[in-house]
Amino acid sequence: MNKTLLDIQNLKVSFFTPAGEVRAVDGISYTLNAGEVIGIVGESGSGKSVSSYAVMRLIDPPGRIKEGKIMFNGMDLTQADEKTMQSIRGNEISMIFQDPMTSLNPVFRVGNQIIEAILKHQDVSRKEARQQAIEMLRLVGIPGPEKRIDQYPHEFSGGMRQRAMIAMALSCRPKLLIADEPTTALDVTIQAQILELMKELKQKINMAIILITHDLGIISDLCDRVIVMYAGKIVEEASIDDIFYNPKHPYTSGLLNSIPKLDADENQRLVPIEGNPVDLLNPPAGCPFAPRCKHCMRICLKENPPFYRVSDTQKAACWLLYKDNPEALEELGCIKEG
Amino acid sequence: MAVLEKAAGNETLLEVENLKKYFLAKKGMLSSQTAWLKAVDDVSFNINKGETLGLVGESGCGKTTIGRTILHLYEPTSGTVKFKGRKIDKHSIKTLRRHMQIIFQDPFASLNPRMTVGDIIGEPLDIHNLAKTKNERKDRILALLEMVGLNPEHANRYPHEFSGGQRQRIGIARALAVEPEFIVCDEPISALDVSIQAQVINMLEDLQQELGLTYLFIAHDLSVVKHISDRVGVMYLGKLVELSPSGKLYKNPLHPYTKALLSAIPVPDPNLSRSRKRIILEGDIPSPINPPSGCRFRTRCPHAKPICAEAEPVLKELEKDHFCACHLFDS
Repeated sequence: MNKTLLDIQNLKVSFFTPAGEVRAVDGISYTLNAGEVIGIVGESGSGKSVSSYAVMRLIDPPGRIKEGKIMFNGMDLTQADEKTMQSIRGNEISMIFQDPMTSLNPVFRVGNQIIEAILKHQDVSRKEARQQAIEMLRLVGIPGPEKRIDQYPHEFSGGMRQRAMIAMALSCRPKLLIADEPTTALDVTIQAQILELMKELKQKINMAIILITHDLGIISDLCDRVIVMYAGKIVEEASIDDIFYNPKHPYTSGLLNSIPKLDADENQRLVPIEGNPVDLLNPPAGCPFAPRCKHCMRICLKENPPFYRVSDTQKAACWLLYKDNPEALEELGCIKEG
Repeated sequence: MAVLEKAAGNETLLEVENLKKYFLAKKGMLSSQTAWLKAVDDVSFNINKGETLGLVGESGCGKTTIGRTILHLYEPTSGTVKFKGRKIDKHSIKTLRRHMQIIFQDPFASLNPRMTVGDIIGEPLDIHNLAKTKNERKDRILALLEMVGLNPEHANRYPHEFSGGQRQRIGIARALAVEPEFIVCDEPISALDVSIQAQVINMLEDLQQELGLTYLFIAHDLSVVKHISDRVGVMYLGKLVELSPSGKLYKNPLHPYTKALLSAIPVPDPNLSRSRKRIILEGDIPSPINPPSGCRFRTRCPHAKPICAEAEPVLKELEKDHFCACHLFDS
């Protein structure tokens, strides 16, 4: 069961703009087991989407995968040619996007768009593919799929479109689903429907999910493990309980403190993270979060902290953890104390 | 709540009575037939001086239309809005707008990219002749920048040089320039990153304390609305379905829609998300062009009865200060 499905090693993705190199993803590593749901949280520009687009090899110029490996089922996707990628996309790795209004083609029937994906990857007749598409639509809870399959996207509501997108993404039973802010464009009550559906499907189809979102509530609802990203780097990785009840990185705890809670007392003030998001064109030296960090020390402005293991399921990149990790000294022989 | 009691003189600043705003819409993309889209359909409420009234609801429920109709950016179809007892119409709004301002959702679209920040903030001063001399205008702009936590040297820069949170601060400074008493905050933080949202919320609270402002705070995020508001109104398809002090609404929601809305919010607490049972509403929000008869929520309501299709429920005070429009509470 605990078979590693995806192993990302030191991935770096940069965009070469006229103003200079933007390091959107700056050396991230993580693994994902088969059937596991991992959440990636971060603010805009933290590299959470770019890192997952890289897995699908969907980075267009001026962006480029600069370094690193993306091992999927033992194959390095950074080295795969376009033909191999086409056989993987939609078949073994699928994606659902944020905006269901723009990610379906408005001039084709919804059914045909699903059938196309099935015909591309499976050796079945058109009739069988249609039958499968109807089954998929039923699976994602679209009422009357026999009729709905011949309708156009504009005849679907937002929530229905996102269901159709999910049906399409799952039509070839992928091993990995990348969901990029799948509910951000939807209303709260519709979002609850989609989240419930994803939970259900996760049980039915044993697939791994990378869920990208900025909403910590959704993470807590759906994920087993969480990665927190800031300025292209992973700052903390932990099991869901550790992230919410025992966060180690100041950015993670800052995020948790800055959201209003429904059960909180009235008139309780929020604790914001001061300062502004990082300018990726001129990232600060040292830890990228240092200029906004309450606990910033001298070393933070000079050297980027390495990962410290807090437990088997938790690690964070912060100099504050240094003193709790005597063995860290060995690991970091090259770095002098600040 | 503290603010509510402080305003216990209960001086009413704004009265909205039977407000309706219908838009003419085409029945289909290619159809020449038209129909009325009832964006806001017979809504009444008051806002007291110094309080924050929150309005929540899903897209298309009419919350933004209410905000804009109050400021007379839309001409109401019927009904009245009174500011300090004075009816707002196209004549009175010219003098009243100095006292009523708005902060918009999108900090990227609501600032003119070809004006410097100083001119953006200075424009309302020019329109209302609030600065007699050039120096006075400059001093006022710098004071406003400081008030929203920006630097004086920012006055000569252009909006594109700022991040989303900073732009929203510029928008707030512009609204404050004419020293208004009442501000409509139309989803002021929805476009901002999570870590920046708290900064802006805290600033809005501080400014309210300092300047004695009254807010109508429109948002779809219930946890934010609960945090900032003294009272909250819940809207569904152009109707106000529940209105209550914010603490009461969250502890004891009465309307089935409010209950579903509250239970639909994902909570950032894994133990709670595992244990709680969600009310999942079936189906989608009906079109406001052809709303269901009777109670508009009945098509998705788990408790719908025959009466709900026949008669429209009226907003009644069920507990003190707690209003709800639902047939479940008919005695």
